[in-house]
Amino acid sequence: MSSQRVLPSPPPLKPESGLPGRRSTRPASAPADAANPPSVAEKRHRLGNILVTVILSLGAVIMIAPLLWTFSTSLKTREGVFSLPPQWIPDPFVWDNYVRIWTAGPLLSGIQNSLIIACTVTVVGTLFSALAAFAFAKMRMPYKNVLFLSQLAALMVPFPTLMIPQFTMFASIGWVDTLLPLIVPFIFGNIIMIFFLRQYLSSVPDSIIEAARIDGASFLQIFFRLIFPVIKPAIAAQFILWFMAVWNDYLAPIIYLNSPEVQTLQLVIANFNAQYAIQTDYPLIMAASFVALLPVLIVFIVFQRQIIESIALTGSKG
Amino acid sequence: MSTSTRRPRLHRQEHLTALAFVALPVIGFLLFTLYPMLFSIYASFTDWNGLTAPVFSGLDNYIAMFQDPYFLEAMYNTFYLMIGIPIGLVISLALALAMNRKMRGSTFFRTVYYVPVISSIAAVAILWQWAFNGDFGLINQTLALVGIDGPNWLQDANMVKPALIIMAIWKGLGFSMLLYLAALQSVPRHLYEAAALDGAGAWQQFRHITVPMVRPVTFFLVVTSVIAGSQVFVEIDIMTPTGGPEFSSATIVWYIWQKAFDNLQMGYASAMSVVLGLMVFLITFIQFRLNRRNQFSID
Repeated sequence: MSSQRVLPSPPPLKPESGLPGRRSTRPASAPADAANPPSVAEKRHRLGNILVTVILSLGAVIMIAPLLWTFSTSLKTREGVFSLPPQWIPDPFVWDNYVRIWTAGPLLSGIQNSLIIACTVTVVGTLFSALAAFAFAKMRMPYKNVLFLSQLAALMVPFPTLMIPQFTMFASIGWVDTLLPLIVPFIFGNIIMIFFLRQYLSSVPDSIIEAARIDGASFLQIFFRLIFPVIKPAIAAQFILWFMAVWNDYLAPIIYLNSPEVQTLQLVIANFNAQYAIQTDYPLIMAASFVALLPVLIVFIVFQRQIIESIALTGSKG
Repeated sequence: MSTSTRRPRLHRQEHLTALAFVALPVIGFLLFTLYPMLFSIYASFTDWNGLTAPVFSGLDNYIAMFQDPYFLEAMYNTFYLMIGIPIGLVISLALALAMNRKMRGSTFFRTVYYVPVISSIAAVAILWQWAFNGDFGLINQTLALVGIDGPNWLQDANMVKPALIIMAIWKGLGFSMLLYLAALQSVPRHLYEAAALDGAGAWQQFRHITVPMVRPVTFFLVVTSVIAGSQVFVEIDIMTPTGGPEFSSATIVWYIWQKAFDNLQMGYASAMSVVLGLMVFLITFIQFRLNRRNQFSID
């Protein structure tokens, strides 16, 4: 499904532990005033900071330049694209490209289809994953380890190895060219999420579950009243990552979806690219690409902290 | 265990509830992983076009594969593109070290470097295809500023792989940098202080403390990047839709996809997909074995 099917082994989230960015941004050395002139070490530290900032800024320009170039191109005229020297600031600004994209291809239905797939998969799949993680972490059941390890082993099988039989399965029941093959296999749960939540749950004491059992609560009640509120931050982080993975997926949609009206956003912009490159309508392509980037950029900016902490935890004990 | 004999009825209820909770993921695993995997293995021994029933053909597909110059080329290309992995790791460790300093703006830098990671590979492929345009692309226009006449990257059989590697490094840098940063921040400060007291210079501290301490992350990144690297598809399909000049950018997944869904050689494609699956399994297995030895030698 996603291009990065990883096998993480995260430790339980500890919000107070030293995660990137959580520390104070103030320099350790106190600001120098007239009474306390900075020591040699402080001076050196500050000089180093300036040097590092310059290097990181240069790197940041390289990281962001292609995106800015996309945005800038999306506002140019078709001729402006080829002007020499290159224009970073379009002259004139052509906002019309952002109007044209909606009629130049099925961009709107692409967004709709991507939303339908990503929302259904992540909402339903998250619920089932969390229930399974709870059972794997905290409940007694026969063959628990066998069941869990077989799931984990599934992570090692790459999607390309499965895609041909999966395709013929869905073709035989007439689901090709519908959104169903992109939704149904994934609502059963996501092993990465199960694994992550199971680890997280290991920090929840068994005694509170025992106590709730004695009070006569059912496991479903325990899950929704006790467990779910506790693991909410972990779920949120995994949810966002999963949503972005589904939203950005390309290989599975290109196998199943042919008709323009069922295609996902990623396919729609790829088709834009193929179709309008011949007409050298690069501003249109870039406008569509930029619109395709925007949703995840917004999600990222809003949920930056959760995303970054979750990623950092995913691999820190790799 | 002793409680289970005392309260069997209560535990049976717990067992059933637990099984119900894990039932869906387990069914999903059986239906969408185990069954397709077994079917792929079966189909790899057949002549099958996906429309009519598969006909058993023994090892024909596997023999054909190793005589197929396109398959061998795709294999070669896939591994060639992995050159970017060590380069990316070195750069991202350097970046993480830089960001690990106590200084202003590190949150901002983290965000900027991470933006390519979350961007969809389809959109990224489109914008880099444009950046690599031989006449008007961002790369060649930048090179022109310093008087270099850049190549026509994606149309040049020698330059298409370096172009894809550059893009992959750019895309993945933020991810590995972030993991390295998290690892660096968990390295106890007193190790460096003790080493400094013993007269270890910056390079020695880096080599004998930093590198071993971030080794688990390096291991994690190598495993996951090699697995992801063996499955590169999207950027090939979008940037070089015909597999590149002289098939020079076709990867193994791209070739499987083309054989299966364009040429309807499902049996042959299944055989290649089984080889890919085995490859991923072997890489993971070997790396875990190597890692066990590494960890042993550190301890």
